Amino acid sequence: MERLSGGEIVIRALKDAGVKHVWGYPGGAALHIYDALYRQEDVHHLLVRHEQAAVHAADGFSRATGEVGTALVTSGPGATNAITGIATAYMDSIPLVVISGQVPKIKIGQDAFQETDMVGVSRPIVKHSFLVTHAEDIAETIAKAYYIASTGRPGPVVVDIPKDVTDPNYKVPYEWPSSVKMRSYQPTNKGHRGQVKRAVKTLLSAKKPVIYSGGGVVLDNASEQLIELAQRLNYPVTHTLMGLGAYPATDRQFIGMLGMHGTFEANTAMHEADVIFAVGARFDDRVTNDLDKFCPNATIIHIDVDPTSISKNINAHIPVVGTCTSVLNEMLSIVDELATEPDAQAIKDWWVKIDQWRADKGIYTASRYEPSSGDVIKPQDVIKALYKATDGDAFVTSDVGQHQMFAAQYYLFDKPRRWINSGGLGTMGFGLPAAMGAQLAHPEATVACVTGEGSIQMCIQELSTCSQYNLPIKIINLNNSALGMVRQWQDMNYSSRYSQSLYEDSLPDFVALAEAYGHVGIKVTRYEDLEEKMRECFALKDRVVFMDICVDKSEHVYPMQIPGGSMGDLYLSKAEKS
Amino acid sequence: MKRIISILLENEFGALSRVVGLFAQRGYNIDTLTVAPTDDDTLSRLTLTTQGDDQMAEQIVKQLHKLIDTIKVVDLTVGAHIERELMLVKIKASEPDVRAELKSSVEIFRGHIVDVTASTYTVQLTGDSDKLDAFIDAVREIGIMEVVRSGVSGISRGDKFLRV
Repeated sequence: MERLSGGEIVIRALKDAGVKHVWGYPGGAALHIYDALYRQEDVHHLLVRHEQAAVHAADGFSRATGEVGTALVTSGPGATNAITGIATAYMDSIPLVVISGQVPKIKIGQDAFQETDMVGVSRPIVKHSFLVTHAEDIAETIAKAYYIASTGRPGPVVVDIPKDVTDPNYKVPYEWPSSVKMRSYQPTNKGHRGQVKRAVKTLLSAKKPVIYSGGGVVLDNASEQLIELAQRLNYPVTHTLMGLGAYPATDRQFIGMLGMHGTFEANTAMHEADVIFAVGARFDDRVTNDLDKFCPNATIIHIDVDPTSISKNINAHIPVVGTCTSVLNEMLSIVDELATEPDAQAIKDWWVKIDQWRADKGIYTASRYEPSSGDVIKPQDVIKALYKATDGDAFVTSDVGQHQMFAAQYYLFDKPRRWINSGGLGTMGFGLPAAMGAQLAHPEATVACVTGEGSIQMCIQELSTCSQYNLPIKIINLNNSALGMVRQWQDMNYSSRYSQSLYEDSLPDFVALAEAYGHVGIKVTRYEDLEEKMRECFALKDRVVFMDICVDKSEHVYPMQIPGGSMGDLYLSKAEKS
Repeated sequence: MKRIISILLENEFGALSRVVGLFAQRGYNIDTLTVAPTDDDTLSRLTLTTQGDDQMAEQIVKQLHKLIDTIKVVDLTVGAHIERELMLVKIKASEPDVRAELKSSVEIFRGHIVDVTASTYTVQLTGDSDKLDAFIDAVREIGIMEVVRSGVSGISRGDKFLRV
């Protein structure tokens, strides 16, 4: 059997786990591993400018492909810088393996240079973590890490490796485990047949059904099954922020995103529904509004691979634990077996109501905001122009704030894995590195990062990484010279006292900044230039382009749920309530 | 209501801290906690008590089960079970009448005096938590110097058992 050092085993194990790309940043405790990386060509490493970006980029790669993302950092500050990235992935159930160097075993607990208890610090935000204490254990641990990260409800796994364990002078036999079995970890994949049957019968008996699907459908690649079931039954579909793209947004049966900034028709349909079919969604507080007023008439069917998500916030009448793909497949076959069809008249009446809501108060049937003109560019119109310039077919990452909501509302995603955002944790700074990950995964695709002048400055150093690895992403900066969402809340709840949400005259010249990094910068200040400049941006296929677009500072994101209300209680504009 | 939750856990680095951390993270309280290896030294048996209604207990059990190191979890309070706790109490006992009174209390509670000095008795008592509480109430007036309780251990009655 081949004998390798611990450092060599780390890299070989990554190769054998199918990893082609690792995002990372070297440092003392990880140097043996980095030296092993240097002496091979199978695993390609991308050097970021900050460890947070390494994890976000691995995360973006994973979201764009469905594969496990990989990051490699050193001990101490390297590890703690990775924490925000790990927490982001944890909240959105993204499969990642983060390998961190650690001080030598003998120094653990001595407050050694660059020592942090990484297993301890990361504990609440990982699916699992390992401290590897022997070179002999590295291969098996890494195999387990990839297995745990990618099965059940996916999530990030940390593997912390003390420096002496990767010692180049200590060689041990290397063997990649052919399979991983753990007596303490056996996720349920297949739903209970009896429960699935009950779910189907309830679904078929519905008169006012809504299919409410979330990130779980995207993660499990169950989009096809979801579409088939929805179309077979002719039921309306709404998505959470994380679920966008699973069902084509341009299809008639899609009634928009639900929740805090969801459409009037989606939120109202939920509120009035008699059966809610929740798939891979977790009744998050950004969806439900006040739990006591949540969907008073609905029987709730809930499919999730994670039993803890079921009946956590909202009691499920028919819970089914299993993967979205396997349960939806089984539901489809049961629909075939049963001769029952949905009540066609009831469903028709339901659609009449929904279409009326859509026509009266929907954001797609008419423009619900003041038009752009001259030097007043509405942020919504920027997203519409982006959609047009990219034929609706780009990978769109976003940061966090108003721009994120406008992108979610107005870029109509027809395919899963095209919308990449930090939904659960709400991490500003996510967009740019996530776009790097998506672009690496799909070199020929158009990748746009929709951001704001606040968020982009949280990871802007990665413009340098884009140069080094030729990742020609397009940055669409909705620049309103303010922390837009903070400002919106200050308008609505704090009598427009803009506490620390304005930059005054301190913002950089983003065009010059982009050029300093060797990229193209385009500034847009007038609405009539928007479309043409947007085309110009996307014509530059091989370049990073930073579009700095001055948008209307006073604009708010609507609809917006009224705090303490039901799902259907919404502000539709500054003046109008539902 | 009081819940006694029993967990079979991989005896691995960090496993206990994950269980304890989960309770802190999710805002549940731990009233008592005991942990020790079993006859199989790759496994730890952990028993903890907490307060919660049925829905909360169900969520706690599911969250514990989700931990990768957890092999089995059971809420013993759902069925018939045996609950035991060990207590050591050091009590002031210099006067002869106090010593006599203490001796009879210990007998009533079926405990043992396990250490004696000229001025103290050390009493060992086992039973469910209510019995131990009752003993403390009974001797409180006499003068308790120190109390050590092991926390609750539990096992289900009948044929059911928790094993890999």
